[in-house]
Amino acid sequence: MKKTVFEQMNETVYHEQLDNGLNVYILPKKGFNKTYVTFTTNYGSIDNEFIPNGESDFIHVPDGIAHFLEHKMFEKEEGDIFQKFSSQGASANAFTSFTRTAYLFSATSNIKENTETLLDFVQEPYFTEQTVEKEKGIIGQEIRMYDDNPDWRVYFGLIENLYENHPVKIDIAGTVESIADITKDHLYTCYNTFYHPVNMTLFIVGPVDSDEIMQFVKENQSKKSFPEPVPVERRFPEEPEKAGRTHHEIHMSVNTPKCEVGFKMPSSGRAGADKLREELAASLLLEMLFGKTAKFYEKAYESGLIDDTFGFDYTAERGFNFALVGGDTENPEQLGERIRTQLLDAREGSHLTEEAFERARKKKIGTTLRAFNSPEFIANQFTRYQFNEMDLFEIVPILEKMTLQDVTNFAKEMIEEKRFSSCFVLPKETA
Amino acid sequence: METTREQTFNKPGYTIHVIETEKYKTNTIMVKMRAPLEKETVTMRALLPHVLQSGTENAPSAAAFRAALDELYGALFFADSAKKGNEHVLTFTMEAANENYLHGENNLFDRSLSLLSDVLFRPKLKEGSFPEKTVRQEKRSLQQRIRSIYDDKTRYASLKLVEEMYRDDPYALPAGGVLEKVEPIDSASLYAYYQRALSEDIIDIFVVGDLKAEEAVEKIGRYLPFSDRSAAAVETKTGKSPEQVRVIQETQDINQGKLNIGCRTTITYTDPQFPAMQVCNGILGAFAHSKLFMNVREKESLAYYAASRLDSHKGFVVMLAGIDQKNYDKTVQIMNEQLDEVKSGNISDLEMNQTKALLKNQLQESADTARGMVEVLYHNISSGTSRPIEQWLKDIDAVTKEQASAAAQTITVDTVYFLSGKEEK
Repeated sequence: MKKTVFEQMNETVYHEQLDNGLNVYILPKKGFNKTYVTFTTNYGSIDNEFIPNGESDFIHVPDGIAHFLEHKMFEKEEGDIFQKFSSQGASANAFTSFTRTAYLFSATSNIKENTETLLDFVQEPYFTEQTVEKEKGIIGQEIRMYDDNPDWRVYFGLIENLYENHPVKIDIAGTVESIADITKDHLYTCYNTFYHPVNMTLFIVGPVDSDEIMQFVKENQSKKSFPEPVPVERRFPEEPEKAGRTHHEIHMSVNTPKCEVGFKMPSSGRAGADKLREELAASLLLEMLFGKTAKFYEKAYESGLIDDTFGFDYTAERGFNFALVGGDTENPEQLGERIRTQLLDAREGSHLTEEAFERARKKKIGTTLRAFNSPEFIANQFTRYQFNEMDLFEIVPILEKMTLQDVTNFAKEMIEEKRFSSCFVLPKETA
Repeated sequence: METTREQTFNKPGYTIHVIETEKYKTNTIMVKMRAPLEKETVTMRALLPHVLQSGTENAPSAAAFRAALDELYGALFFADSAKKGNEHVLTFTMEAANENYLHGENNLFDRSLSLLSDVLFRPKLKEGSFPEKTVRQEKRSLQQRIRSIYDDKTRYASLKLVEEMYRDDPYALPAGGVLEKVEPIDSASLYAYYQRALSEDIIDIFVVGDLKAEEAVEKIGRYLPFSDRSAAAVETKTGKSPEQVRVIQETQDINQGKLNIGCRTTITYTDPQFPAMQVCNGILGAFAHSKLFMNVREKESLAYYAASRLDSHKGFVVMLAGIDQKNYDKTVQIMNEQLDEVKSGNISDLEMNQTKALLKNQLQESADTARGMVEVLYHNISSGTSRPIEQWLKDIDAVTKEQASAAAQTITVDTVYFLSGKEEK
């Protein structure tokens, strides 16, 4: 078991890769009541073309299957696994993102039993035609709920615009039509390909004894046998550099229009600490241009163009990265235009002052420190960084070393008009 | 478990509560101001936090104030308004990094406290009142915020139900303000009201972090000089349900129907039976093992979310689900049946154990965040009840099936609100 001490953060992480390939990380948190455990596979909604374990040809699986599989993992022959977690005083959950599927629980007692339940239920699939059919009604309602949510629609509408071919443009839950095609055999194929321990990470954070819990996980894993791991072969379509569609409008039952502007970025080919530096440069850039202390925000707010829903977001995952800016507005045309201009000017070096950089950096350091109060943040983000071969604990040290040049370079490299797109949600004409 | 060692200091104008702990990388200060929920003041109270953070004497614009926060390593400042029974609570939160984790920084606590002090006691003024321009901007922003509730259908449906069910009770007022009441506000009336709130509201100040209590108290006294007052809390009444259940339907152009069934119970946080009411709500619908989740979702595949919630200070219970419009009658029937099951004591040992285990878990987990600890304490403070967390855990454990079902028997269905789409049905 390897021990790493992060002195500045006053945290210690223990790590071991077990014989079956599973990566186990433990971060003891003294003084906390809660233990939070995530069991995550490096598999998400974008992984829809791959060679199934044991076969030789690529297959294409229905949209929304990773998320469907996540739902179905909870049902076992003996019943619903939520029941077992509840009996053991744990609150369990799961989520599927573009690139990951995570199963998790939080509890203040019975930590070993709950960890065992988590490991066992994710490692013992049980799918039948009947239970698969039943789930279609439930997920159908989940999809309809998101269909009525204007924030989700404008977010996904923009991603659909940006990407011509890449499966990031497909809604994580799929559509009512696409999930209708899912069978139990599809689920087993995806499971057997992506849920091998070598493709997964267990992260434990809480008031635990690291030796004891590591030993417990090892014993649990040594009782199970897994096939020899084969590297997962995924395939993604070629994605042009320019946005697939420059603009799109969605009409919904809302009072207030929404405007989002975004741009996608080609892969820089950077990895590890360089990649982290790139990601931090992106987030500092957006803060400097659109944060609450930026001239842009002040002017737009004072003129009534934006309200406090205005914000920005940068997403960098395996194989894609994009930035989004926007919010509620009475005048989406004008807001969209101003965001574009602000970004293009930044490419030429405008607005990127030392003063704004210093402020953004300090804010980012403080926000990161605050996030380390949260076991959820630590477990989820550590796993995300680990899958992307980066280190969560490097954020603050790297931020302390960065300069304005990192941000101006990023702006020059990544901002290009042809990569832009916008999406509006507009009130539906009342019939 | 780690217990919350709260120390209380009663001052003439306010009460300070200090929790010394080393478990966070930040220090948190929260100021809570509460007053009766009233139609005349709720909108001004909802507006105030936004006007106050638009500029201070020392940082005369919103941008300048935000810049000052960023300089303190992204100190988090947050102000909001919420209902607690029939009281309206304004909360100002300041959370700043503990400088021990930073290279070469000091006094972050004092500096953040000083910023908070500026917001509350030295807001930017023009001719003895809030600047007209600021008030105009923030009024517009508040109007937009209220109007956009309509866009979030789940939230809209919840608010509509409360509005219908409590139409003769101040509890119907939304904590975020009433649209028609925004326009008439002007800077003079708002400033006059703020002076009144500052001198009359019941004030509690919480400090959570790696600091000594005496020192914190001394600093709070210096930076937050609230004047003496004698304020009394208002009593919250639970109210009566009508003889006949009211049914209200609204149609919009949406995909999923939102069903909210509003109920009343006479048991609130102050009652000794409150833990039994919590267990009752847990068996009914608070968790993934609960009757509503198991029957509406898992058995019948009618919904993605199917749950119940309890407002502990008002005695308001709501059962809710997102469904296809055509399944309205069936879902209402199943939900009512589940409530009847709990009332008639049809509760398994497993359900009791699961519910107690998760309620206790929730309570213990809430003590892991500064804000969670403050909220647990504030339940007691605002309702004049003494239920320390250790006692609360014991009380939950001691609840019997009979007590849980007796608690359920106090629940009466009051109003069914259904927001449906246009097609089908």
